[in-house]
Amino acid sequence: MSSAGSEQADRAAGVSGLRFPPTLVLPAFIAGALLLLVVFFYFFGSWTLSEKADLTLCNGDEPQSLDPAVITGQLEGRICLALFEGLTTRNAKGDIIPGMAESWTHTPDGLTYTFHLRPGIKWSNGDPVTAYDFLNSWERVLNPTTASEYAYQLYYLVNGEAYGTGKITDFSQVGVKAPDDHTLVVTLAHPTAYFLELTSFQTLCPVHLPTVKKYGDDWTKPGRMVSNGPYMLKAWRLNDYILLEANPYYWRPVPVHRIKVLPTNNATACFNLFYSKKTDLILDTRSIPSALVQDIKNQPYFHANPFGATSFIRFNVKRKPFDDIRVRKALALALDKQDIVEKITRAGEPVANTLVPPGSAGYTPPQGLVYNPAEARRLLAEAGYPNGQGFPDVELLYPKRGTSEQVATEIQALWQRDLGINTIHLRGQEWKVFLNTQDLIDFDLSISGWIGDYNDPQTFLDMFVTDGGNNQTGWGDPQYDQMLQTSENTADPVKRMQILHDMEKILVEDQVPIIPVYFWVGMSLYYPDKLGGFEPNFVDDHRWGEFYIPGKKP
Amino acid sequence: MTALLSFYRVVRNDRFLIVCAFFLLAVFLLAIWGPRHTGYRYDQISDASLLPPSHHHWFGTDVNGRDLLTRTLFGARISLLVAALGALISLTLGVTYGMISGYAGGRVDNLMMRLVEIIYSLPTLVLVIVMVTTLDNPVASLLHRLGLVELSPRLVLIVAFLGFTEWLTMARIIRGQVLVLKQQPFVQASLALGQSHVRILWKHLLPNLLGLIVVYLTLTVPTIMLDESFMSFLGVGLQEPLASWGTLIANAAFLINPIRLYWWLLLFPAGLMTLTLLALNFLGDGLRDALDPRIKK
Amino acid sequence: MTALIIRRLLQAIPVLFIVVSLTFLLVRAAPGNPFSNGKSIRPEIMVQLNQQHDLEGTIWDQYLRYMGKVVRGNLNISTQYLNRSVNEIIAQSLPVSMVLGSVAYFLALLFGITLGGWAAISHERPNDQRIKLFANFSWPIPAPGDRFIMLFALLGISIPIFVLAPLAVILLALNLNLLPAYGWGSPDQIILPALCLSVPFAATIARLTRGSLLEVLKLDFIRTARAKGLSEDAVLFRHALKVAILPIIGYSGPAAAGILTGSIVIETLFGIPGIGQFFVNSASNRDPFMTSGVVLVFSSFLILFNLLADILYFVVDRRVKLE
Repeated sequence: MSSAGSEQADRAAGVSGLRFPPTLVLPAFIAGALLLLVVFFYFFGSWTLSEKADLTLCNGDEPQSLDPAVITGQLEGRICLALFEGLTTRNAKGDIIPGMAESWTHTPDGLTYTFHLRPGIKWSNGDPVTAYDFLNSWERVLNPTTASEYAYQLYYLVNGEAYGTGKITDFSQVGVKAPDDHTLVVTLAHPTAYFLELTSFQTLCPVHLPTVKKYGDDWTKPGRMVSNGPYMLKAWRLNDYILLEANPYYWRPVPVHRIKVLPTNNATACFNLFYSKKTDLILDTRSIPSALVQDIKNQPYFHANPFGATSFIRFNVKRKPFDDIRVRKALALALDKQDIVEKITRAGEPVANTLVPPGSAGYTPPQGLVYNPAEARRLLAEAGYPNGQGFPDVELLYPKRGTSEQVATEIQALWQRDLGINTIHLRGQEWKVFLNTQDLIDFDLSISGWIGDYNDPQTFLDMFVTDGGNNQTGWGDPQYDQMLQTSENTADPVKRMQILHDMEKILVEDQVPIIPVYFWVGMSLYYPDKLGGFEPNFVDDHRWGEFYIPGKKP
Repeated sequence: MTALLSFYRVVRNDRFLIVCAFFLLAVFLLAIWGPRHTGYRYDQISDASLLPPSHHHWFGTDVNGRDLLTRTLFGARISLLVAALGALISLTLGVTYGMISGYAGGRVDNLMMRLVEIIYSLPTLVLVIVMVTTLDNPVASLLHRLGLVELSPRLVLIVAFLGFTEWLTMARIIRGQVLVLKQQPFVQASLALGQSHVRILWKHLLPNLLGLIVVYLTLTVPTIMLDESFMSFLGVGLQEPLASWGTLIANAAFLINPIRLYWWLLLFPAGLMTLTLLALNFLGDGLRDALDPRIKK
Repeated sequence: MTALIIRRLLQAIPVLFIVVSLTFLLVRAAPGNPFSNGKSIRPEIMVQLNQQHDLEGTIWDQYLRYMGKVVRGNLNISTQYLNRSVNEIIAQSLPVSMVLGSVAYFLALLFGITLGGWAAISHERPNDQRIKLFANFSWPIPAPGDRFIMLFALLGISIPIFVLAPLAVILLALNLNLLPAYGWGSPDQIILPALCLSVPFAATIARLTRGSLLEVLKLDFIRTARAKGLSEDAVLFRHALKVAILPIIGYSGPAAAGILTGSIVIETLFGIPGIGQFFVNSASNRDPFMTSGVVLVFSSFLILFNLLADILYFVVDRRVKLE
């Protein structure tokens, strides 16, 4: 930049024979400055001055959409679940409680559910919420033209998958019926123990179809959106903020009248905001700088709780040397996971030797492979790589996101330390590229994670069916698949949990296509005397309708 | 040649510039030999995570427990390498382009300068980011096929593209100078003697441009270093555990927070980089002043 | 000069065309699916998603359809922000970035010219203890050394913005509580980001001003003015500065480019909902329409600004030459 300027300076100075230059430049400059100020003030008008809110929170990033049928992310889900409500909802503890449905019954075989809607429930424009709203909204989710990535949540319904994949086009064949305004009858393809959790999920929330029809894609904009949950959409400025206001038509009182949602995705900026009291709550773990955690761990505003999500390493079992179970077991046994959670992630994550996080009601996990470097070395030698000699060049793939890079670096060094392998190289990719590479199973090892969709081991274990879309390891076991099928058709919860336990044993002890590393800890920042209704729960699902400000009358 | 001699005289007479020159030499030597003698490897992790400077770790450690002194010196290697190679590319491109454009003159010159105008108005850094992001995988496969497994595809891409963003200024300057030199009697004489254009360019013009080239080289290098650190900050820099000053600074910048300032992570790499850039800029300025007959002190 | 304008505008069309095409093709050809989200997508859904966003068929089909839309002014719908058209997003965020950029540029001019002038003065009159600003008002502060100011300016160029800004935030916003650390909406939120953004450009302008002033002050007409008995300050401010300003106008082009690039970082660090933030996200999210749209806007702006700067330079230079 400086060099370009001096060229002009050369040019200017080279002009000879100057006499008194005209008084052009200075007025031109002043005029330019004035013009700038005019521009400034004109655009000033396009700013919206900071709107006041009762609660300001950092949500992690800008939501991709606020259409509950279409979204897939946790942060979008939080906002949608404040705007919309399904048949069931959750309380602050995370338990399933009645939502739009006041009560329900189901047949002993677990295949038919009958929901009775609460009387008097309304949309935010005064229209009543009816069973047809649910019927039509679920049709919309399953309808292929909506391209809902979570449509498979409704594949549990009879003929749900057939309709979703376009094999049938008559929705009346799908297992959901509305015999009258207030009753919804759902018929499932097989008993689904966690179905009531699914009905609280955003995908199964109803949307106001006349609005959708009228405005098309624009229906989610403020002023147009009609919602049935505790909040309405008051304002939405992209990358700036979202403003939610209490829905007067919601069936119970909403304690916090206005919530301002900040899409800040820079963790340090989020923390700065909290520190300077510009924001009251940081909800998303990614919005808390990991390097800070050990310094603020003991502060009254720091809250951490493990929840249903696991970090694990995937093997590509079709590539050498990972086609050898001994190699996989060796790497699993030699991973000093305690080192990683103490040094790198530092939020008190529990070490994971199993895939399914603890806390799933009624489920006991197997033991998994515990850190045992001596046994690992023995296995590795047996497989033909004593002390790591001769181990081929392989790559550990990781997404450039959060602490993954540091974790990967650490893992590489740990395996070198404990097994003597120094031919593991790192390969970091941006998130979308990483997802693509993983999808194509174009890796040797990959650092992965999974957040459970609902509180049941199945959400973790059904990933690894042979050729499943979320399997991405090239591994498959017909016995495993068979056991999954059986469990889906077992109505007895105790028997079912036993089957799932045995499945997981195959996964993490016998066959080891994956190495579980640690269970995630959900972190949040808020002052308990300023915010109530926020409690740790397994699914990390904190409904905003449950928030209240202690000592303040709603 | 006379330009280079006058450089030497300028530097020798100015104490400040001597300091700058020696400092750069020191950095250069440290970059080459330093990382081997600190007692740590640049990718060696330990449990001593995020420790301030101590007599075990003169510069402290980073989050993976790696010694910062070693990483900073290693980073010097990479930063200087990237900047030097990038500057070399932009130099080659710029000088060749400028020389041809200025020498050819007329419509060819016009056309070439218009191309420069066009490229000037592109948000090049923005495009570089898009290109590095999107070409990472293909380049990686290409390098694999060529057997260059050790070479980081990112390094190659960054060097190549940074070189491509900075050659414009050099081209313009060289062209301007060539336009002037073209009129000189010795060039006219050579033409009259029937010497080939290439010979004239190589034997007569180029030596007279060396001074200018050196000056703008010392000014391009800092720009490229800053560009590289900018890209690291945006997440499109080098692959871990490789380190350049840019990645070290970017990582440290991410850790800045009001509670605990990991000052050593930022101060040492940023400080060293800033001092190096300062030295280069001062040297370049001093040399340029020496070249310019009009600015006489 | 009209020739210049017409030539530039005509040049702009193929340039923009190439830039947008290149970006779109690169983003589409690169690995990474704009819709992927951690959980694998069923193939039937993938088909629908592609259809919704006009991304079916081969890359060439997609490209041709997209370019058809672009020439009609439709920049398509973002794949990242599912219900927003790129036009809408740009319309909302561009004014923000423009305000930030203009204020930063203005500050850069203000500080740069002042500091550069100061340095030139101290170079010329190292023993003068005061500077006369207006007729009766003089600044009783000793002019610091020329080299000192230039060191300061060099520091400004050598420290990356993403180091300066967080440190400035900690010092000024969090510790001293002078200015807000984040966000956009009230006038005081513009000060710190604009200041941080302006630093490297103020530094370069200072260097330019100093160099150019020094050269101009040696010229004949200045000697004439001095001989005529004009006060030193009249000479400086009314005559020398007007000519010395030429290289700064010439610098406006590269400065605009730099401010554009720098605004990307500043917007991310300060949470400013401008167009720079969208650029980074859209490239990593493989959103071909948003990325191409942003690149289009950036390039158009740069071309326009370069043209304006060149026109201004041409006009002033000509007037100067006329005398």
